[in-house]
Amino acid sequence: MYRLTDEQRMLQAVVRELAQEKIAPRAAEIDDKAEYPWDIKELLVRQDLLALPFPEKYGGTGSDLVTFYLVVEEIARVCASSSLIVAVQALGSFPILIAGTETQKQRYFPNLASGDWLAAFALTEPGAGSDAAAMKTRAVLDGDHYILNGSKCFITNAGIAQVYSVFAMTDPSKGVKGISAFIVDADSPGFRLGKIEHKMGIRGSQTGELVFDNCIVPAGNLLGNEGDGFKIAMMTLDKSRPGVGAQAVGIAQGALDYAARYAKERIQFGAPIASLQAIQFMLADMAMQVEAARCLVYEAAARVDAGEKGITMSSAMAKCFAGDVAMRVTTDALQVLGGWGNFEIRISQFEI
Amino acid sequence: MNVVVCVKQVPDTTAEKRLDANLRLDRASVDNIINPFDEYAIEEGLRLQEAHGGEVTLLCMGTESAQETLRKGLAMGADRGVLVTDPALAGSDAWATSYVLAQALKRMSYDVILCGMQTTDSGTAQVPGGVAEFLGLPQLTWANKVEISDGKATIQRQSDAGYDVVEAPLPVVISVIKGINEPRYPSLKGIMQARRKELQIWSLGDLGISQGMVGVLGAKTKVLGYSRPAPRAKGQLIQENSQAAATMIADFLAQAKVL
Repeated sequence: MYRLTDEQRMLQAVVRELAQEKIAPRAAEIDDKAEYPWDIKELLVRQDLLALPFPEKYGGTGSDLVTFYLVVEEIARVCASSSLIVAVQALGSFPILIAGTETQKQRYFPNLASGDWLAAFALTEPGAGSDAAAMKTRAVLDGDHYILNGSKCFITNAGIAQVYSVFAMTDPSKGVKGISAFIVDADSPGFRLGKIEHKMGIRGSQTGELVFDNCIVPAGNLLGNEGDGFKIAMMTLDKSRPGVGAQAVGIAQGALDYAARYAKERIQFGAPIASLQAIQFMLADMAMQVEAARCLVYEAAARVDAGEKGITMSSAMAKCFAGDVAMRVTTDALQVLGGWGNFEIRISQFEI
Repeated sequence: MNVVVCVKQVPDTTAEKRLDANLRLDRASVDNIINPFDEYAIEEGLRLQEAHGGEVTLLCMGTESAQETLRKGLAMGADRGVLVTDPALAGSDAWATSYVLAQALKRMSYDVILCGMQTTDSGTAQVPGGVAEFLGLPQLTWANKVEISDGKATIQRQSDAGYDVVEAPLPVVISVIKGINEPRYPSLKGIMQARRKELQIWSLGDLGISQGMVGVLGAKTKVLGYSRPAPRAKGQLIQENSQAAATMIADFLAQAKVL
């Protein structure tokens, strides 16, 4: 079982305070305008919160996943968009952490840890979501570089990041074993941002399409060997799924906080509605679900930290359960708010 | 230039505080935090260090659990911490607290001693002045701006009517008000470094203080009883058009001799 250290508790308290005082007041506006919150990114950089996943020798803090996801949860509790600034820095960098050479780490990690560069993870394609073998993006070796053609969709930080971990087929005849992973710089020739998506939630985090049109990537930017891509992607997802879970726990906790506060303030029949058993049952159920999701998330993160084998299942369960809880709890929070729920931007903003 | 910042661990300001059978604050049953006023003092100390160099040391008198409070200050950037703790200190009043802090300060190096203007638990605001008296130092209290130059400290002392400019030669005790600055949040690297910073624990014996001087035995004040503040009277609601409302408000203020 995971237990927080004194240091983790202090970090949690500090990030909670920071989120309440500095991020929460911006949350509604960030969601309304659907603009990437650069001011919040700078704030997180100042607090070293983009340095979390990187080893200390590259300017990072070398933090474990439990520590990392505590931060994600606390930020998501007040602003889901802002939590992705931290979460995706890791998601985009995990492939380099998992399979990068010393040269690659030295080139990318110091600038990522300092927050000067942002990262993104590009696996999904229009026809290849869960079915990675259906991937159409091709990479062909041509002398000292690869030429990439194709496109990726639903990419968080598209057009925002400087560094992209991109997955492409080097040998389509081998199915998933023909997938390779590359580090693609934003200024690579033939690389461009496609359509930016219009989303229902987490609107302050930019999601879009990446287009590779004879994109030139140095051969030195291949991660691992040709054909390692699928394995790298799966290992990345094993590590990052609890982070999505932590985000969901934060969203759910934030909605619960809001509903509980409202229930204590809303007077009907001469008393706060929190005194009604119907509301109490709902709030208690919400709190129970959030706590259960939190346990799964940190347990999975602690297992990854401990280097346990077979983490895929607990990592996937944590993400799935926490995501479902966030859906249910935000819906219940709206119900506690009654008719006002329809007008409360803060709750709808919690919805994934 | 060396700065010592006096800090105290207090119950979370949002917690419901209770007194025990001896009419002393029950600290065990609540979450404790760093006295919010002291965060401004720490921030001011760190800014003085950034401008003038030297070390920032935190000094705290409290229970063993106050180490957490000191760690937070160290995470903000202070260099080291000193905790004076001893079972005999329980029940110390403002006089005894000032005395103990002063005795500890005699063993430390300082040019400026910074304090929050008061604590959020007992709230006497007497300790900064007491410390200065025991050390024979000048005291500059309620500062909303601090400047150090040419061996002296100049502050803006907040008053009801505005502020007074007051100066004193170093070394000096300065108490700062809320709002003098915006205390920084500890960064992650700061939190990680805090664990490795020096935190000394001193007992009364280490300071050569006899038990009779402090705690319940040495207290010059005694709490005889307590009562809850009377609930605030309901305000008067004015529901008139703006012209009539303005007249009524003006009359009210004139009656209260505010205008």
